[in-house]
Amino acid sequence: MAECHPVGFQWVMEAKARGAKVIHIDPRFTRTSAVADSYVPIRAGSDIAFLGGIVKYILDNDKYFKDYVVAYTNASFLVGEGFVDSEDLGGLFSGYDEEKGSYDMSSWAYDGVDEEPAGGAGHHLGSGGPSLDPSNIKRDETLQHPRTVFQVLKRHYARYTPEMVEEICGVPPELFHEVCEAVTANSGRERTTCWVYSVGWTHHSVGVQYIRGSAIIQLLLGNMGRPGGGILALRGHASIQGSTDIPTLFNILPGYLPMPKAGDPDTFDDYLDTIRTPEQKGFWAEAESYVVSLLKAWWGDAATKGNDWCFDYLPRITGDHGTYQTAIDMNDDKVEGYFLLGQNPAVGSAHGKLQRLGMSHLKWLVVRDLNMIESATFWKDGPEIATGELKTEEIGTEVFFLPAAAHTEKSGSFTQTQRMLQWHHKAVDPPGDCTSELEFFFLLGKKLKERLADSVLERDLPLQRLTWDYSVDEKGEPSAADVLREINGRHLSGDKSGQPLSAYTEMKPDGSTAGGCWIYTGVYADDVNQAARRKPGQEQDWVATEWGWAWPANRRQLYNRASADPDGKPWSERKAYLSWDADQGKWVGPDVPDFVVDKPPSYRPPKGAAGADGLAGDDPFIMQADGKGWLYAPSGLLDGPMPVHYEPHESPVRNALHPQQASPTREVYKRQDNLSNPSGDDPGSDVFPYVFTTYRLTEHHTAGGMSRWLPYLSELQPEFFCEVSPEHARERGLEHLGWATIITARSAIEARVLVTERVVPLTMGGRTIHQVGLPYHWGVGADAVVSGDSANDLFGLTLDPNVHIQESKAASCDIQPGRRPTGPALLRLVEEYRSRAGITVETGNTLKTVKP
Amino acid sequence: MSPRGRRRDEFQMVPDAHFTSYYGRPVVKAAPWTADIPAYLFLGGLAGGSSLLAAGAQATGRDSLRRTSRLGALVGISLSMAALVHDLGKPARFANMLRVAKPTSPMSVGTWVLTAYGPMAGLAGVAELRPFLPRSLRDGAVGRLLGAAGTPAGALAALAAPAVASYTAVLLSDTATPSWHEAHRELPFVFVGSAAAAAGGLGLLGASLHDAGPARRLAVGGALLELAAEHRMEQSMGLAAEPLRAGTPGRFMRASKALTAFGAVTAAVLGGRSRVAAGLAGAALMAGSACTRFGVFEAGQESARDPKYTVVPQRERLNARLGS
Amino acid sequence: MTYDPATASGWVDAPARKGFFTDTSVCIGCKACEVACKEWNAVPDDGMSFLGSSYDNTGALGASTWRHVAFIEQKKPVDLGMPSTARPGADGDGRADFRWLMESDVCKHCTHAACLDVCPTGSLFRTEFGTVVVQDEICNGCGYCVPACPFGVIDRRIGEKDTPKVGVAQKCTLCYDRIGEGLEPACAKACPTKSIQFGDLDELRERAQSRVDVLHAAGVHDAKLYGESEGDGVGGMGAFFLLLDEPEVYGLPPDPVVTTKDLPAMWKKAGLAALTLLAGAVAAFAGSGS
Ligand SMILES: Nc1nc2c(c(=O)[nH]1)N[C@H]1C(S)=C(S)[C@@H](COP(=O)(O)OP(=O)(O)OC[C@H]3O[C@@H](n4cnc5c(=O)[nH]c(N)nc54)[C@H](O)[C@@H]3O)O[C@H]1N2
Ligand SMILES: Nc1nc2c(c(=O)[nH]1)N[C@H]1C(S)=C(S)[C@@H](COP(=O)(O)OP(=O)(O)OC[C@H]3O[C@@H](n4cnc5c(=O)[nH]c(N)nc54)[C@H](O)[C@@H]3O)O[C@H]1N2
Ligand code: SF4
Ligand code: SF4
Ligand code: SF4
Ligand code: SF4
Ligand code: SF4
Ligand SMILES: [Mo]
Repeated sequence: MAECHPVGFQWVMEAKARGAKVIHIDPRFTRTSAVADSYVPIRAGSDIAFLGGIVKYILDNDKYFKDYVVAYTNASFLVGEGFVDSEDLGGLFSGYDEEKGSYDMSSWAYDGVDEEPAGGAGHHLGSGGPSLDPSNIKRDETLQHPRTVFQVLKRHYARYTPEMVEEICGVPPELFHEVCEAVTANSGRERTTCWVYSVGWTHHSVGVQYIRGSAIIQLLLGNMGRPGGGILALRGHASIQGSTDIPTLFNILPGYLPMPKAGDPDTFDDYLDTIRTPEQKGFWAEAESYVVSLLKAWWGDAATKGNDWCFDYLPRITGDHGTYQTAIDMNDDKVEGYFLLGQNPAVGSAHGKLQRLGMSHLKWLVVRDLNMIESATFWKDGPEIATGELKTEEIGTEVFFLPAAAHTEKSGSFTQTQRMLQWHHKAVDPPGDCTSELEFFFLLGKKLKERLADSVLERDLPLQRLTWDYSVDEKGEPSAADVLREINGRHLSGDKSGQPLSAYTEMKPDGSTAGGCWIYTGVYADDVNQAARRKPGQEQDWVATEWGWAWPANRRQLYNRASADPDGKPWSERKAYLSWDADQGKWVGPDVPDFVVDKPPSYRPPKGAAGADGLAGDDPFIMQADGKGWLYAPSGLLDGPMPVHYEPHESPVRNALHPQQASPTREVYKRQDNLSNPSGDDPGSDVFPYVFTTYRLTEHHTAGGMSRWLPYLSELQPEFFCEVSPEHARERGLEHLGWATIITARSAIEARVLVTERVVPLTMGGRTIHQVGLPYHWGVGADAVVSGDSANDLFGLTLDPNVHIQESKAASCDIQPGRRPTGPALLRLVEEYRSRAGITVETGNTLKTVKP
Repeated sequence: MSPRGRRRDEFQMVPDAHFTSYYGRPVVKAAPWTADIPAYLFLGGLAGGSSLLAAGAQATGRDSLRRTSRLGALVGISLSMAALVHDLGKPARFANMLRVAKPTSPMSVGTWVLTAYGPMAGLAGVAELRPFLPRSLRDGAVGRLLGAAGTPAGALAALAAPAVASYTAVLLSDTATPSWHEAHRELPFVFVGSAAAAAGGLGLLGASLHDAGPARRLAVGGALLELAAEHRMEQSMGLAAEPLRAGTPGRFMRASKALTAFGAVTAAVLGGRSRVAAGLAGAALMAGSACTRFGVFEAGQESARDPKYTVVPQRERLNARLGS
Repeated sequence: MTYDPATASGWVDAPARKGFFTDTSVCIGCKACEVACKEWNAVPDDGMSFLGSSYDNTGALGASTWRHVAFIEQKKPVDLGMPSTARPGADGDGRADFRWLMESDVCKHCTHAACLDVCPTGSLFRTEFGTVVVQDEICNGCGYCVPACPFGVIDRRIGEKDTPKVGVAQKCTLCYDRIGEGLEPACAKACPTKSIQFGDLDELRERAQSRVDVLHAAGVHDAKLYGESEGDGVGGMGAFFLLLDEPEVYGLPPDPVVTTKDLPAMWKKAGLAALTLLAGAVAAFAGSGS
């Protein structure tokens, strides 16, 4: 966190100064470790076992927060009889379909819930959460019934002992115990523990299950919805949270509404039913209002009840259109043209070669960036030109480079990890021809509309009718505030017609409101840009709700009803946040309640109540269909209801827990251009005996477009390097400040060697495992101040099935002293490794490895 | 890993048992000066000593010695000024030194000393050129003025000369460069000795045997002073004396001592009798003086580049104070 | 009564002396200070060399590096209350304590500043805030301040002819142009952890002492202040530090002394030497009858 979120890290330092204990768990001793109270070295790709060990510790030692767990989680719910745990199937849950490489999730359902896995999960569902009718769920509040979630969990984690943690993670039992003690001692009524993670946890084929692992811990310890608790996802680019809220993702619409699928929900009503079942509890029940308002915002008067609010104008997805699938499709000549706006996949995306070769198949490529990044110049100075795989004169791609304005050169909002929008005002005009994305798209849209103005084709109606009327300033820059206003939404009729909406609860399914993103409604309440508020901290209370604006409804902490006990009283004075004020008949506290404000703790829904009314006065997790925190996820995740330790796709280590080596539902691509190293104890795996991981340096930013072009940052970390332990350096003859070549089945790259005690060889299962650390900021090109080989050229493509994130935090490799060969000799080196390891397209790609 | 052997960019993980440093990097910075500066030290000393000899020769009517010394001072001071200016990062701004007079800055003091000395020494030197001027000039007003000015100018130069020869020791010592600073008690004597030896040496080279007596005596006396002061200096400098003995500076210092001793002995024994011997002795003494300056200069630079010379004595001093 | 260098330099009604307290125990080595300093002061880059001294590729303070963040990777046998790695199998008994120290170094703005003392042009001067600043237009690049500084801070900028301020001595100005406007120096402003604290020196000294007390109470016995004492060899530093190890570990001199402290003695000796020379010359002539 200190490395990548140094500004946010000031609050960790502040907390530490006030007595908080800071623990850092990372394969490398980083700048974060340097100031933490305790540092735990861990093998990359093994955290599920570590977290599972903590779960077991909590359960075995009765350290869980019993009142919280019983009242607020699904611990007492009974799981259906059909469910078989991975512990009993060698690492697979019931319902695994070997043909499809995926699960039929029906057996995971709660007992008595006729689970129709509505809409499925993962990208089929969007982030709306699975729908579920909870009215018949069976419970045992004593938690004794063997099929309670609680007991299921206990059995599931029974083998995650400290010894197992050591064998899998390389963490010695004493150190592991220290973490367990610290986490449990700092949880409960009086104290809370927070888990902070970022991409060290997500860039795995089981990334989602990493987070689930910590969610289980936090729920068991009562750390959710309470001040100082929670799971803090540190985000990436300044508004990466914003780019999921108002998504740049292919599978969701603004506000986490699912993107309709071609042929699947054919009608508007079918579509709505994938988001909510009419009788469902929780706020998703109002989805129709959100969708209709969105369509009204986009198509204005053209959107009527009669035409389903132009629902048919929405594009349909036909499968995975994620960035990696698209890159593969490029290689297969299925993609004609591509816009790259603020992205440098030639360097930043896994499997650099596949990215660059893919782009060389395009007819046209538009790159809008601050600098002439490698993705714009790969056709003349990329690594494949050097190896002879590409010849400039043979590449047909027409590349358009358009200079972009940086964030200081335009106004707009950033949404950070707390879901807080903060407005930034333009500081200077963009230089030269640089323009903002907003101006670019506004003009592009206008041009397209102009071109299609006379078209009579039905397929052109969505563009013809699209509302596209932002005000522009004297320089031609459209008003970003106008866009935010549109996102906020407004009344379209009635006496408030034209006025901004003040909360999403005002949205109507009858076309009388418009709003571009329901969760953002309120950011322009009272026609004031609430995101631009800058009231200093010392002038308000500690929650500081008048700084910026957080969605939804300016709520600073989600599920904060859980900060009070079931009766509405704070769990403790020390950790008081919200409480029920019986006199006033409402929830009070420093934050906006994440609850119906006047719903008393004692409220019990009448039979058949739907939507928000269906949630009881002690159901804090209001976005969940059953109002509870899920220790066990009966649906919604494609790879299992509970986390299981699997090895990464490529690992020099055999799964110590299960015959099933890696996640059986990971997304693999069996292609000649995407070969994998043999894993576990498969033949040839000894050719790649080391683990490597990739990460960031404070001094650089991601693929380097914003740092390698700046001398002030480049001089601080001028060269690509690898970090190895002294022991590892001895074993392989690597010299400090010398060169090393790192090899995988995809490529070989060279790096300067940094021998450092900060990398620790791990002892696990009687074996020493060496890890190589690689910052991934460098790329091969001629325009930057500094350049170097790209760590991403080492990776192939293997993805998490839920979110299609690449596994770029753990893989296997070999490392040798000296520089890599150049030109075609580089390809020969890689070929030699492949044949030595006996690699074919099948290698490492068998999903099910449990023998029947 | 020996701390001495550590190169600038070498990786040091474990703190050295004897002293610690940051990757073997220097603590203080070496002066950004090149060979210009030791050359300046030598030439300045030569000029100062020569002006003294010249004044004496003037007073005692030793024409050849006077001529040699005045011209030596002229050349010495001119070249040394050129060297000095050349070493400035912004040579055009040389005059900025005349903005202030700061006793805390030996360079400022030196500037003023040179400002007083330079024109006088120059005038005296130029006066010696009178016989070589074309007749019309020589006998004209300018020539006569020159002739008249030579003597008082030479006397004034001689007054400033001891300062010219000695302030340079303070110039070096008044730094954090260990081997310069630690030398501060004896370095002025080394330098004036060296200046006397050099000027005497020049006198031996240029003056007639008949006139060269005082030059010989000054040379021998200066050489003895230099050698004795050097010895004491090395005893008193502690660790900072080490660079004076090792490497390039060590070679300079050894050469300096050999040349100086040889020159002194030759001058004393044969200098009064043989013109050749006197010339040889003079050349040896001048070379010896130059070596001293280069040796001291380089030793200082070396002591600044190696953190040992900064850290160890300071650490010892500190520990002694803290009583540990 | 503390010695106030601004008053001593002739400033009348000088504002309170300004300085830095750099608390290395909270430094996270982000180098924001280095970059902010360069941005604000338009200091050119210092070369693209990979030094590999841990994460430090800048090496040292210099003419084009006015803030420098040092990184020290250490195995330490003692318990320091700082994080340690478990190193199974290492060092016999299974564990060796390891720590990574970081320190953002800067010009000390010494109470008795050798650089200023020796500057022959008056380019270096004492500001009303008690800080030491180079006047670029006056410096003639004599380079004398460079070896004079006991901390190796100031240097003459080298580079191509078109390098800004080439040949001129350069170092931290304590953001003279910012503090004069009531702003914080750029480095302190950018520091996310308040490792760099700017303010009135008196107040900073108090704050630093209480920070040391807190750390000692927390078991970090190695925490100590460096440069806060007026009794030290430079009369106290305007920019002082809380260190977790000996100064030399960070590349700082353990017991710096302003070189001009010995200057009177030096002048005395030089005077004596000059007289000796004069006497010698007189003697050289006196011994001869003309
Ligand atoms: N200076 C700087 N700041 C940045 C960025 C940048 O490029 N530079 N990028 C921004 C972006 S886009 C993002 S997404 C964030 C990312 O922020 P972070 O997630 O903090 O970034 P990384 O350095 O990629 O990964 C974090 C750590 O994960 C560790 N790690 C690797 N594998 C594992 C594992 O299996 N388990 C555990 N526990 N740790 C593991 C790595 O050693 C690394 O130290 O940073 C943002 N901030
Ligand atoms: N091996 C490995 N690979 C990784 C990761 C890893 O940890 N390991 N991390 C992954 C993560 S989390 C991320 S986010 C990606 C990042 O990967 P990319 O997004 O591909 O890389 P960036 O360098 O951040 O590219 C952003 C570009 O946007 C430009 N830019 C900045 N502002 C603007 C603007 O306002 N408009 C326009 N048009 N352009 C702008 C910048 O100059 C820069 O070139 O890398 C991923 N890849
Ligand atoms: S780069 Fe920007 S977003 Fe990242 S830590 Fe620094 S200030 Fe925050
Ligand atoms: S640290 Fe050096 S440069 Fe800074 S004021 Fe002191 S003597 Fe001058
Ligand atoms: S280099 Fe400039 S600032 Fe330094 S002493 Fe010389 S004139 Fe003064
Ligand atoms: S005070 Fe100003 S000049 Fe000095 S280091 Fe900080 S930013 Fe640079
Ligand atoms: S900005 Fe602060 S935390 Fe970052 S390196 Fe500088 S002093 Fe340390
Ligand atoms: Mo990211």
